[in-house]
Amino acid sequence: MVVPAGSLVFAFFASGLVLLATGHDPLGSYRQIFDAAFVNTGALGQTIVSATPLAFTGLAAAAAFRMRLFNIGGEGQLYIGAITGAAAGLYFGGSGSSSAFAIAAMVVAGCAGGAAWALIPGVLRAFFKTNEIITSLMLNYVAGYLLTYLVFNTESYWRQTTGFNATVFPTGKPLPASAVWPEATVHVQGGIGLPLGAGIAVLAALVLWVLYRRTRFGFEVQVLGDSPRAARYAGMRTRRKILAVMAISGALAGLGGASQVGDFRHTLDADPNGMRKQYYGYAGIVVAALGRYNPLAVLLVAFLIGGLQNAGNTLQGADFPSGLVGVIQGLILFSALGGELLVRYRLRLVRRAETPAAAVEAA
Amino acid sequence: MNNSLLVVLLATGVVYGTPLLFAALGELLAERSGVLNLGVEGMMLVGAAMGFWTVQRLHAGTGLSLAAAIGVAAVAGAAMATIHAFLVITLRASQIVSGLALTIFAGAAGLSSYLGNDLNLASNPAAHQFNAVFPSSMQNWPIVGPIVFGQNVLVYASWVCVVLVWLYLTRTRPGLNVRAVGESPAAADAMGIDVSAYRYAHTLAGGAFAGVAGATFTLAITPQWVDGITGGAGWIAIALVIFAFWRPELCLVGAYFFGALQALAPELQARNIHVGPTVLWTNALPYVMTVVVLVLVSASGARRRLGAPAALGVAYVREER
Repeated sequence: MVVPAGSLVFAFFASGLVLLATGHDPLGSYRQIFDAAFVNTGALGQTIVSATPLAFTGLAAAAAFRMRLFNIGGEGQLYIGAITGAAAGLYFGGSGSSSAFAIAAMVVAGCAGGAAWALIPGVLRAFFKTNEIITSLMLNYVAGYLLTYLVFNTESYWRQTTGFNATVFPTGKPLPASAVWPEATVHVQGGIGLPLGAGIAVLAALVLWVLYRRTRFGFEVQVLGDSPRAARYAGMRTRRKILAVMAISGALAGLGGASQVGDFRHTLDADPNGMRKQYYGYAGIVVAALGRYNPLAVLLVAFLIGGLQNAGNTLQGADFPSGLVGVIQGLILFSALGGELLVRYRLRLVRRAETPAAAVEAA
Repeated sequence: MNNSLLVVLLATGVVYGTPLLFAALGELLAERSGVLNLGVEGMMLVGAAMGFWTVQRLHAGTGLSLAAAIGVAAVAGAAMATIHAFLVITLRASQIVSGLALTIFAGAAGLSSYLGNDLNLASNPAAHQFNAVFPSSMQNWPIVGPIVFGQNVLVYASWVCVVLVWLYLTRTRPGLNVRAVGESPAAADAMGIDVSAYRYAHTLAGGAFAGVAGATFTLAITPQWVDGITGGAGWIAIALVIFAFWRPELCLVGAYFFGALQALAPELQARNIHVGPTVLWTNALPYVMTVVVLVLVSASGARRRLGAPAALGVAYVREER
């Protein structure tokens, strides 16, 4: 608890220096951020909107990183989940099947899409020992170009092809009403929405926590992460675990993509200034690292970072320095990384050897 | 003849490939010393912003302004790399997470955007920019004209850098030491080589190259400032180092190949040539090819032969020697 809290404090202190150095008022800016994130009317609702995808990508990163599988493809897996989720929503939402069935189909499709995309680096890692960091990262761009292509460069199933707007600016086809995910209203700040996706994220975090803390599978994953050699000698199946963990991680990120379509955007959003500009997949890594890969902590951190991201979106333009949110996020991650080592490395006082002979003896 | 597809592609490939080449050379130096830096995109963007700022604010002649801008961009890139170096070399933090943090911190939604906004960079196009060096009569020579003589100083400088990096790594004592540090830091340490110092120096040099790469965008390719102007080139540069098997001379080939791919989609469209989903595969090809190459590199035994530094990504802890 000390490290995450300490790194938040340090990050705000350091970005305060950046603000001071460039002639801004740090306390004023922080006040603005805090108000826009949590205090203003409807701010909490918007923060939950930003926090939901971060919870999914954060859980995705946490699930993989815990085994030292560095799946940094959350961004691409989220895009693919959005594509497959949108396909399911468009298909079943318009086919006269019940709303619950359409939504369930979107959830399953989102999971499956994200998992399939994550299994590409997973299979390459399991069978060819190919470094998953770079491959999952490269596939982010492939997924991004695929997303753009489906809406902007071809008359695909996902693209709106009729109506006036379609001739002016390409957009995704709107989701039929029966495939739109419901939300519960909470009477705070004049009524804020709790999207279905947020509920699913909480559920997913609980499941992941139980899976990693209370099952044999989770135990083996942790051993594989901490000491692959010991795990191999104990007869654990490395390959299967790699595939399973990558699939779980990708499914979580893909679920985030389906939630983007079902909960918030109600279409496949390929706009470079829309979903893609939020960099949910990369920010999820910050969330996971700050939550120290603990699923429940990830939820809390997602809420805080979501607040930050929401403030960044709301305060854009005006007299609020753009890019500040990224600076703060980066600094949080730097200090979490640095702080981790301060905890791990304690200062030990060892008596210096007086003479070379004693030194040899001590060695 | 100079309008034929191949010549146009090669000429634009050199233009777009130059920032990739600079960034890849820098990343190669860092990786050869054992430090993987995924923050290239962030370092490039900060270099791009600071280089551009220098040209706008420094009221001097074209040559002096541009030279100063390149210098400032290099320093800015190296400054960003210092954060990464401190975290991964001194504090031995995870190189992957730290590099990502650097890109988030400095990248398109971070410090570079902050600086661009605060220094008001987007309001004007560049006051000075790098132009083609040779007279237009030479640029019209068949084939070699547009490809070789139609370029700016940065392109020729990048060629010199390739030769210098190659000479450095293969023909000089410090260069051989770097390779030792990257392959087996424990053995290097036993030889009396200061592992940390070498890693710091090469990570910072990598940052400086990335800064210059960024400035290539704002001072030569599209002489203006917009948020995220590098558009993912930093990631391609990281891919390029693998693609080139960690060898500078192959970086040159790879950079122009990836550069030409970037020019392929608009060029094919302009000529009304359609080969399947052209926009999709031309854009995605560099990334897909990197994945393929990576699989080949990681296949058993090949990794050694193809030159991946053995200690890449691994922190050196003297006590565990």
